[in-house]
Amino acid sequence: MTISLQKGLAAARHVLDNGVVIVSKEAHTVPAVTIQVAVRAGSIYDSNAQVGLSHLTSRVLDRGTRRRSSQDVAEAFDERGVSLSVGANRHVMTVSCTCLSEDFEAMLELVGEIVMEPAFPEQEIEKRKGEVLNAIRQDEDSPAARAMLALFAMLYPDPHPYGRPAKGTVESVSRIERQHLVDFHAARFAPSLTTAIIVGDVERQRVVAAAGRVFGGWRKAAAGETALTHAPSSRTRQERVIPMMNKVQADIAYGFTTIVRSDPRYYAYTVMNNALGQYGIGGRLGDSIRERQGMAYYVFSSFDANVVEGPLIVRAGVNPANVDRAIRSIDEEVRRMATEGMTPEELADCKQYLIGSIPRLLETNGAIATFLLTADFFGLGLDHDLRLPSLLGSVTLDDVNAAARATLDVDRASVVVAGPYRGPATGQR
Amino acid sequence: MDSNMTSTVLDNGLKVLVQEVHTAPLASVWCWYKVGSKDEVTGLTGVSHWVEHMNFKGTKNIPRDQVKGIIEKFGGSWNGYTWIDQTTYMETASTDGLDRMLFIEAERMANCLYDPDDCESERTVIISELQGSENDPDTLLEQEVIAAAYKVHPYRHPTIGWLSDLHTMTRDDLYQYYRRNYVPNNATVVVVGDVETDDVLRRIERQFGGISPGPALRRVTVVEPEQLGERRVEVSREGTTAYLKLAYHAPAVGDPDFFPMLVLDAILAGAKGLNLWSSFRTPPPQRSARLYRALVERRLASGVGAGLLPTEHPFLYLISATAIEGVGLQEVESAATEALDDVVRNGITERELAKAKNQLRARLVFENDSVTNLGHQLGYFQTVATLDVYQDAPNRIAAVTQADVNRVAARYLRSDRRTVGWFRPTDGAGR
Repeated sequence: MTISLQKGLAAARHVLDNGVVIVSKEAHTVPAVTIQVAVRAGSIYDSNAQVGLSHLTSRVLDRGTRRRSSQDVAEAFDERGVSLSVGANRHVMTVSCTCLSEDFEAMLELVGEIVMEPAFPEQEIEKRKGEVLNAIRQDEDSPAARAMLALFAMLYPDPHPYGRPAKGTVESVSRIERQHLVDFHAARFAPSLTTAIIVGDVERQRVVAAAGRVFGGWRKAAAGETALTHAPSSRTRQERVIPMMNKVQADIAYGFTTIVRSDPRYYAYTVMNNALGQYGIGGRLGDSIRERQGMAYYVFSSFDANVVEGPLIVRAGVNPANVDRAIRSIDEEVRRMATEGMTPEELADCKQYLIGSIPRLLETNGAIATFLLTADFFGLGLDHDLRLPSLLGSVTLDDVNAAARATLDVDRASVVVAGPYRGPATGQR
Repeated sequence: MDSNMTSTVLDNGLKVLVQEVHTAPLASVWCWYKVGSKDEVTGLTGVSHWVEHMNFKGTKNIPRDQVKGIIEKFGGSWNGYTWIDQTTYMETASTDGLDRMLFIEAERMANCLYDPDDCESERTVIISELQGSENDPDTLLEQEVIAAAYKVHPYRHPTIGWLSDLHTMTRDDLYQYYRRNYVPNNATVVVVGDVETDDVLRRIERQFGGISPGPALRRVTVVEPEQLGERRVEVSREGTTAYLKLAYHAPAVGDPDFFPMLVLDAILAGAKGLNLWSSFRTPPPQRSARLYRALVERRLASGVGAGLLPTEHPFLYLISATAIEGVGLQEVESAATEALDDVVRNGITERELAKAKNQLRARLVFENDSVTNLGHQLGYFQTVATLDVYQDAPNRIAAVTQADVNRVAARYLRSDRRTVGWFRPTDGAGR
């Protein structure tokens, strides 16, 4: 192990008087800096009447501030080669960009302005609404998007916010007005809900000074938190077919709800998921469905623990003639993992892989920033990168097998097929 | 750039590039072959890509069931891709895995198995890959537009191949193609990372030095005849959204017009840089770009993109737009072609030139942020062009003048040299 790994990222955390958290990490690989400013303004804060509000806010937030027109904001980024992206997940809206080190102060100032003083011009709202509606219609024509949206709706039944489409629906987005965006910003954008991550070729003192200048004067109270209900796994198996006969390939989305991120079993689930659907090309699922049976170009599983019990999802794209066989094979691998568990060799391989990947996954400024943001959001600690190897290393066979038994029950799986497929052939499943 | 880059050639013709980067305990190995879908003949389209798939399925000294795990033991990732000019394979892992990575690539070059059962099973995997991409109307339209833009040059067929060829190709077709093209004199090995150059060169000699060169390969010599007028294609399928594509014949990467054209692209649609994957990772800065203003800001399209990719032979400058619901494709097309005609007629401004150069300067920094990306760029340019095109890129961009950009706009953005594609959705989606 090298010195740099022993020292870890050694990021620094600094809290301004008003509560804005600044996390910074110096990295001098390239003369560039990544800025990520995250605010607790994700899609769970959409009201049921305005599903898609957080997403639409993210599309309009950077289209003009009280001091600059949309065109001026666009010019200021474009002339420095900077692409700003604003993205919202369920909990957090993140404004991020990468700039040359020489442009750091100017870009942080502009990002701060966008976060604190968006103007939400009426004309911009109309334009971005049109784009969002187009994107929703594109999703409606995409088997992959339809399958995932339907699976989330099954795993997190109405009115759970995790089950709602983040972009909203044509009806809900059409109804959103400027005042809704203004109110959403007033309620959700506040210093105590904001974290700025800055990674790259800029000295720590320069970061703290600039962040203090940009965010230090921001005074605003935060609204209360939204209470979220638990998401227990389904009691029965649920299956849904979305026929899209104009398509050539069917998408399968198959999943369970699992655990929350703070659950100590998180690392056992991570290792188990790696064996099930990631290691090599798609783990055990890939070995069976892609490598042995040649049924799919892609099959994999993903595990995403969150504030509420997150999902473990299996995804595959298959020829419509193979849908039934593919689902049987997924069931088989899921059942085998739950009943037989992992082998000691498999456990050792997966752990070695996951631990060994850490330096590679923390190579670029952007990846480090995202890692630090996640660590800050879930309260994992600034030294999480240093503790991660032992957290993964101490996972035992009993731990992974208990995780598999607790979650992987084919009789409680939620299964969606979207594509040129109308349902299982009689008597096949 | 690349002051510590070493370039050499082994006796068997294998080109070797090594660059030391000591920022993380990682090494990235890339092995490039100068063979892609343009080298395929009728009846065998898709063979390069299928061969790439087969080259992950075990070798004489790496049994099929032991492929998985070699790189994973070093926390590594591995992959490969095939495109019109090249096929490449990569591993990035902790530096102590370097020898294993080189061993895998040497085995891949000389000893792949092509088990008949594996070839059959991969046939359906690849057909599934093709069908998955055809689920996307935008991809389907792009394939049709490219096929229409070329009459004779093999850039006309998709890298994945035509479906009927995927049904009829045999194991022997695959194996012969592999044996002919996977020879050291048709390859480049690149190593970038926390390594010592002399040590790497010794290891490469040990792993690859004994592989015999093959006969010289026949290169594609066909030149696409000049297009004599606009071509139009229309794809009509069930769907929800209409798409437009405009394809203009563009200069190859080695052409002096390439960099002025790259600057022109930045002005029209935002700078991407020189890595063909970079716009997937970070979208280009384009909100003040001409096509964005003409289409998205005028509420005709929900998105617009354009791309000039570095290719060995003249490929296409491809512009894509997604129509806003209720806006006709004719209206989107007219707005796009008016914006292009305006550049041709009136030229660009000094300020646009400066902005485009700033963007490209920044993007070249951003796109070289990892040993993996550095390794990609060195091998890519060595394979499809020459290394100096890449190394000298910042200077060539800086040297582009307003007059250069105006000249290439007039030369390439000609209505009689373009292919227009429409995806027109019909009712009944999802039923």
